[in-house]
Amino acid sequence: MMKSLAAALLLSTTLTLPTAALAKSVTFTTTLNRYGGNGAYLAFYVTDANGNYEGSLWMAGGNSRYYHHLGGWYQATGGNPGEINGITGASVGSGRSLSVTFDLADALFDAGYQLHIDAAAEDMRESPSDVVVPLTSQGSGQATRGRRYVSSFSYSM
Amino acid sequence: MLRSLHRLPGLAAAILVIVLAASGAALSVFTAMERWQAPPARDVAVTTTAQLAGRVKDAFPGVEQIKRSPSGQITAFYFRDDVPHAAIIDPLTGLGIASHTRSPTERWLTNLHRSLFLGDGGRMAAAAGAGAMLLLSFSGLALLARRSGGWRKIFAAARGSAPGRWHVTLARVAAPGFILSSLTALVMFAGTFGILPKGSEPPAIPSMVSGQSGYSPADMPLLQATPLSQLRELSFPYAGDKTDVFTLKTDTGDGFIDQGTGQTLAWTPHDAWQRFNEAIYMLHTGHGAWWLGLLLGMAALAAPVLSATGFLMWLAGRRSRPRIAHNAAPGRANTVILVGSESGTTWGFAASLHKSLTAAGQHVHVAEMDRFAPHSYSHAERLLILTATYGDGDAPASARQFLTRLAELPAAPEMRIAILGFGERQFAAYCAFAHEVARQAARKGWKSLIPMDTVDRQSPQDFARWGRALGKAMGIDLELAHHPAAPRAHQLTLISRRDYGAEIQAPSAILRFALPQRGMLARLSGKAIARFEAGDLIGMMPRGSNVPRFYSLASGSDDGFIEICVSRHPGGLCSGQLLALRPGDTIIGFIRRNDAFRPARNRKPVIMIGAGTGIGPLAGFARANDSRRPMHLYFGARHPRSDLLYEEELRRWHAEGRLETALAAFSRAGKGAYVQDIIMRDAARLRTLIENGAQILVCGSRDMANGVQAALAEILLPSGLTPVALKAKGQYAEDVY
Repeated sequence: MMKSLAAALLLSTTLTLPTAALAKSVTFTTTLNRYGGNGAYLAFYVTDANGNYEGSLWMAGGNSRYYHHLGGWYQATGGNPGEINGITGASVGSGRSLSVTFDLADALFDAGYQLHIDAAAEDMRESPSDVVVPLTSQGSGQATRGRRYVSSFSYSM
Repeated sequence: MLRSLHRLPGLAAAILVIVLAASGAALSVFTAMERWQAPPARDVAVTTTAQLAGRVKDAFPGVEQIKRSPSGQITAFYFRDDVPHAAIIDPLTGLGIASHTRSPTERWLTNLHRSLFLGDGGRMAAAAGAGAMLLLSFSGLALLARRSGGWRKIFAAARGSAPGRWHVTLARVAAPGFILSSLTALVMFAGTFGILPKGSEPPAIPSMVSGQSGYSPADMPLLQATPLSQLRELSFPYAGDKTDVFTLKTDTGDGFIDQGTGQTLAWTPHDAWQRFNEAIYMLHTGHGAWWLGLLLGMAALAAPVLSATGFLMWLAGRRSRPRIAHNAAPGRANTVILVGSESGTTWGFAASLHKSLTAAGQHVHVAEMDRFAPHSYSHAERLLILTATYGDGDAPASARQFLTRLAELPAAPEMRIAILGFGERQFAAYCAFAHEVARQAARKGWKSLIPMDTVDRQSPQDFARWGRALGKAMGIDLELAHHPAAPRAHQLTLISRRDYGAEIQAPSAILRFALPQRGMLARLSGKAIARFEAGDLIGMMPRGSNVPRFYSLASGSDDGFIEICVSRHPGGLCSGQLLALRPGDTIIGFIRRNDAFRPARNRKPVIMIGAGTGIGPLAGFARANDSRRPMHLYFGARHPRSDLLYEEELRRWHAEGRLETALAAFSRAGKGAYVQDIIMRDAARLRTLIENGAQILVCGSRDMANGVQAALAEILLPSGLTPVALKAKGQYAEDVY
């Protein structure tokens, strides 16, 4: 089961599924601190329990020349733009919120997978894995605080 | 071509360039201000990065990053009670001396400056603005060099209208700043967009770490080996994250340090491209060279003024070029007029000529000289060339190809040629291009209709005289009436007159008119008379003629009146009417600027030489000499008891220090002497004055001016200077009639 899921993830390069058959609709809500700088880049990606990269969910920030500041994501993907094809949006301003809804495979939950958010803003300290939360059914709706940029993150299904 | 290269980007990118320049100038102030918060150099010299990191860690346990800005300011970023703070650090104690907040204004300005808040599209627009600025700088300098007659002369005194002088004067100073700013901006843009290599990538975060923590940064060898003066940034590992590392960035490279062992995990030195990009960044922003930043900022402030004055110059050039009604096709015309014009004034004369000839039943075609195409003039019997001269004898903008085309002709055309040059006698290369055209035409064997003639300072009389000669040659009655660019004329009321010269049958007078319609309302509505200074001209329109006669003004608008000196010319229509005016009578007149003839704006002495009514503007200069710069007046009259104009004033101004010297020569008193004679008597003194940069202003008849020039040439012989060279430098100006 795990193997076939991993294979499916690699093939699609993303963790979202086109049909709702084996998926549920999940909304990520991320609110940033008032850190007082230019818009922050945020990389949302999933690793297994050992920290091995599985796939990307969302990239907030459209310019690939800044991606190397998102250290964890960049190291795992080599900055490959194919990883975030079609799942890229605008960067998020100081004190602003970002809300994104995905159709996520059921198998991602309660299976030891972790969601990471790498964050960086211009001329400010980089923060790889600003947020790391396990993806569990119970975790839905619980707010987590990031270590540098994210003041609150939660997912709800 | 060169002119278009300057005009088009100037008009198209003016707003963009102004925004970029103004925001850049404002940013340079922030950079310079940061410099004030940098610690003293000796404190930096005795401190290593390890010492600083240890002290800061003690003072701020929640420290996450220490930065040293290029200006030397040291800032610690730390968390306290889960809230991020920043403090400016004293390197000797590690304690905060002030809290640090990056100004939102500075960030706003930076984003405006580099991307106009429009992301990558905005960056490209800003780069286009920088490109426009670069193009404007080079094309402007090339234009200036061409206009002044060579690259060596681009620092000669600026001439022309007030917008034109401001444009040139400011541009010469600001151009190096513009070039440096825009070049570095383009290199930075190329780096950002990957067109140029950025340099070595930062090393990858090492995956193998000791997994321990707690090693004091004060003991880390790499930090100990890094002098504080080379530090850029030291990031501490996130608290509780044992996989995290210390990240060090210095002037020479980037590396990582294990938080448990203090060992260096990776080190990548900066390569040449990175150093190059950093140098460019410093040159552009002044980060690390605040004085350069301020200089560039000040240069940038000139951009709005240059845009405005440039726009005014463009507008003036556009307005002065008239529309030609009923312009005949080249193949149908029996008369072809070709125009060589730089600023557009010659076009006005061409339009008048076209109109008069057309009214006389001619089919007339008017075109730029560069459109010269003799094979298409199948019915033309005559070709009339009206041309100005550019700089030291070059072709004006619309005639650059003409001589080449003329030289390429296998033989001179059948039609006759007549050439009229436009220029100003006071410049050395008076009508030089027109003369060159005449020479080349003669060499081709081209037959003349009438001999070449010239028009001095747009003189309507000169033009009318040539018109009569042309009409005679064509067998028609041709009365050319042209006064350029229809200035706003005013009704002037005589308020007083002082008469001279009656005893010697050479009547002359100082006429004083009231300033018409002053006040804010008139000024705002554009009805007020233009501002003027002594030495400017007033065009008087005598009754019974629509050709103005020009007189040099002996007063400025600040004096509150308009004053001229007039002497009777035998048969002169205008001088007769002026001398017949009683107080309360009126005449129509308008102001024409004459920037070339006035004291230079410096503190150097001024030597003023004149005769007869030529004393008018010179008296005006003395009257306006509130700063008491040394002014020396040498003037000629006929007899001390009959035509010594301004006698009382000259005594008063001498007593007040407005005139250091006032020497007169009288041709009909005693042995009789001319102004040249008293100059020769003062030769040694004048030579010294001129060698030290004194300016020479001569006003009077052409004969007198020629005599003065010959006398000065003799006086200056031992010094190696010549009147011609002084004129070219703008140190010697004439106003002659």
